[in-house]
Amino acid sequence: MKEFALIFRLKDIADFKPSPEQMQERMNWLAGIAAQNKLVDKGNTLLPVPGSAKTVKADKAVTDGPYTEIKEFISGYIVVKAESIDEAVEMAKANPIFEQVGGSIEVREVLKRD
Amino acid sequence: MTAVLCRHFGLRHIEIAEDIASDTFLKASEYWALNEVPENPTAWLYSVAKNKTKDYFKNLSVFETKIKNKPVINIQNEPDFEFSPEFISDSQLAMIFAVCNPVNSNDSQISLALQILCGFSVEEIADAFLTKKETIKKRLQRTRTNLRNDNFEITRLNETEIKSRLDTVLKTLYLLFNEGYFSKTSDKQIRIELCSEATRLALVLTENPLTNTAQGNALLALMCFQSSRLEARTNDNGEAILFDEQDKSLWDKSLIERGNYYLINATHGNEISKYHLEAGIAYWHTTPTDPDKWQNILQLYNQLILIEYSPITALSRTFAFAKVYGNEKAIPEAEKLNLMESNYYHELLGYLYSDINTAKAIFHYKTAINLTKSKTEKQTLKDAIKQLQKP
Repeated sequence: MKEFALIFRLKDIADFKPSPEQMQERMNWLAGIAAQNKLVDKGNTLLPVPGSAKTVKADKAVTDGPYTEIKEFISGYIVVKAESIDEAVEMAKANPIFEQVGGSIEVREVLKRD
Repeated sequence: MTAVLCRHFGLRHIEIAEDIASDTFLKASEYWALNEVPENPTAWLYSVAKNKTKDYFKNLSVFETKIKNKPVINIQNEPDFEFSPEFISDSQLAMIFAVCNPVNSNDSQISLALQILCGFSVEEIADAFLTKKETIKKRLQRTRTNLRNDNFEITRLNETEIKSRLDTVLKTLYLLFNEGYFSKTSDKQIRIELCSEATRLALVLTENPLTNTAQGNALLALMCFQSSRLEARTNDNGEAILFDEQDKSLWDKSLIERGNYYLINATHGNEISKYHLEAGIAYWHTTPTDPDKWQNILQLYNQLILIEYSPITALSRTFAFAKVYGNEKAIPEAEKLNLMESNYYHELLGYLYSDINTAKAIFHYKTAINLTKSKTEKQTLKDAIKQLQKP
């Protein structure tokens, strides 16, 4: 089994606060992966709000955001295990976020350090 | 009594403590049969034990000094025997911590706890595990050797020791309870005794301020909720009765109330352990009429599976999912679990397919019959197939 990080991106900060029903659907999706014993790391949610997000650049300049500069911002990640990247992509496709608010999920194989 | 004596001897001499304890009870049964039972039986027992202990050490010191010319453990410096209720429960607590030692496997810890803390005989333990007496005997010997080699001192526990060991202790008590609740034995009496002993020991934990944690209270709440259904969940032949078919008037209301009380105690602090979640699920099962019941149970199972994966949690979660979203939506969720070797997996699929695809339902029920070893379960499944085959 290989491990894959699923990186969630949203377009609008307003989408970041789901309704209780949306939250329940997202939890069902996450727990559905855990129920197959394929959840390696339930990851974390990354706060996008002012004061909780800054970017440090090469000249040590610090800016607020990233949300001011790019269209999408990262809202969180999890790590799953799967036989192939295609299986991990199928898991991502089932995420209710696409029907709820849109956004994107980036699927990346994890290179494990020993 | 063994626990109290061990406080004086150290765990090294546990066999001596046990011998003295059983000698004491033997003497009591002889003496009480001929004379009247003394006014304070506990005090009587402990003063006999005390004398036997002093005799033992006197003999030992004569033997060691005169024959082997060796200095001995000096029992005179030991504080006098104390048999107050506080001291007894304190000693039991210390003994719980000694027995629940991760150097031993889970089964070994449970066996030893049953023998030392619950006073079960080797036969009774063998019955509970459905194994041979010899197996249990060997297991107990190994377990005791490991404990001795680990050099665990049974003294007044300090806070750091308690903290580092408490998780193991809770886990052993949890397993001890489950051994009774989901026991392989069909002997209802053994099941009930295992459950009540585990509950008693959990109670000892919550009664001491050092070990009275939110997790411990959550575990105790779980035990109370589950125990409330003990009478209702098996019939007189020890056969399991499905939840929906249980006589709810047999549920023990007072235990449910106790469970509610400990569950409230468990909410102090921020931590949510698996015991909290399981107690929450057990709580919702005690409310058969609440419309939000299954929605709440599903949410708790979602959290539980994120904390710790187990096939049975995965299957129970899918069952709750079916109750909320319907069987049709639950089928793909169930099939993703892919637990081909589990009879429960096929039972769940058989149940979910029942109204949707009779052929598939029968196929899964038949697979489950081949996989299960329980005769009762085979019969229940055969009955389910008969129902499906009715025109």
